[in-house]
Amino acid sequence: MAKEKPGTLQIKSFADHHVITQPNPLRKVLLRVPESDLDDPVGRAEKALAGLSGEFKNWMTIEADRLSAAHAVVLRDGFTIDNREELFRAAHDIKGDAATFGFPSAGAAAESLCRIIEHAPDLDLVPAELITHHINAIQAIVRERTKLDTAVMASKLSKQLRGVADEFLLKVNRDRPEHLEAILAPSIVPAE
Amino acid sequence: MYRIDFNKLRFLICDDNPHMRRILRTLLHSFGAREVYEAEDGATALEMYSHYVPDIVITDWAMPIFDGLELAQMIRQPESKGNPYAPIIMLTGHSEKRRVTVARDAGVTEFLAKPISAKGLYQRILNVVASPRPFIKTKTYFGPDRRRNTNNAYIGPERRVGGEMEVMQQPSLLDKARSNI
Repeated sequence: MAKEKPGTLQIKSFADHHVITQPNPLRKVLLRVPESDLDDPVGRAEKALAGLSGEFKNWMTIEADRLSAAHAVVLRDGFTIDNREELFRAAHDIKGDAATFGFPSAGAAAESLCRIIEHAPDLDLVPAELITHHINAIQAIVRERTKLDTAVMASKLSKQLRGVADEFLLKVNRDRPEHLEAILAPSIVPAE
Repeated sequence: MYRIDFNKLRFLICDDNPHMRRILRTLLHSFGAREVYEAEDGATALEMYSHYVPDIVITDWAMPIFDGLELAQMIRQPESKGNPYAPIIMLTGHSEKRRVTVARDAGVTEFLAKPISAKGLYQRILNVVASPRPFIKTKTYFGPDRRRNTNNAYIGPERRVGGEMEVMQQPSLLDKARSNI
């Protein structure tokens, strides 16, 4: 498909902008099929994803350990630019992946940690326990998932952490309206 | 009813997380795609973009070396030798409204907030295949038309000078990002 030449561009010019259209180069991959067509690519993909689920716990453990390793480096060397980035990326990956892997509360705790890293004016002034509690919570949620009562407890734990983190962030950003707006803005992803 | 013939599409996926790449690859292969190329950072993705000329790019935002936002900006160079018009789907853990706006202003075509779902990904691909938007070029922007709605209640100056253009009726990127998550 990609080897085909792009169609001719049509350009309409205005005083301060151009509007460029081209024949849809991907139109050929759109097939008209009868209503009776039984092909279900989404269902097929969901099944394939379910087929991977046996690996999710292991993947989540790897992600949580990466976060703990990044945190250990911060504890040893402080918040350098690289250390901050690695801690943020490790937390951010958990935030994005954990729900897919079946650990939504770990994702919520990781999101709370991401907000601290992103919005604290000076990470060296963030109470060390606040960050440590987030990391310990994520590890605990991942390790204890198989226990019966942990889903409710994990959700409660991540909500409490988020509450404490938000209280801290609102306090330290009271003179930084841009950050306050971002902290208070609702997420586009519905809460669990 | 329409269906996408995925085996004719070439994808480039860019994510530094190997687990997410595996999930994406699994989903795309299950849809029927055969050609799926993978990069683990923006710089490698840009090289692969020039080499493999993918039909659709799916990229993460937060990555080392240069990130998905910079990748989108590098692809959306109107004078570049490569194809600056390829649809870019940003698949990211960022879930704030302002991020959607920043991605849009970098030339991203569709925004999909993690956690990923087969349905959400399929719908974004269907959107870029079935409903491509015209491109707008100004002094400061080159990318898909950012105006998806005609807002009859808008009061204020027309920011595009020199005539009123037709705007395709589509839900906003933010509304689409919010849906089907």
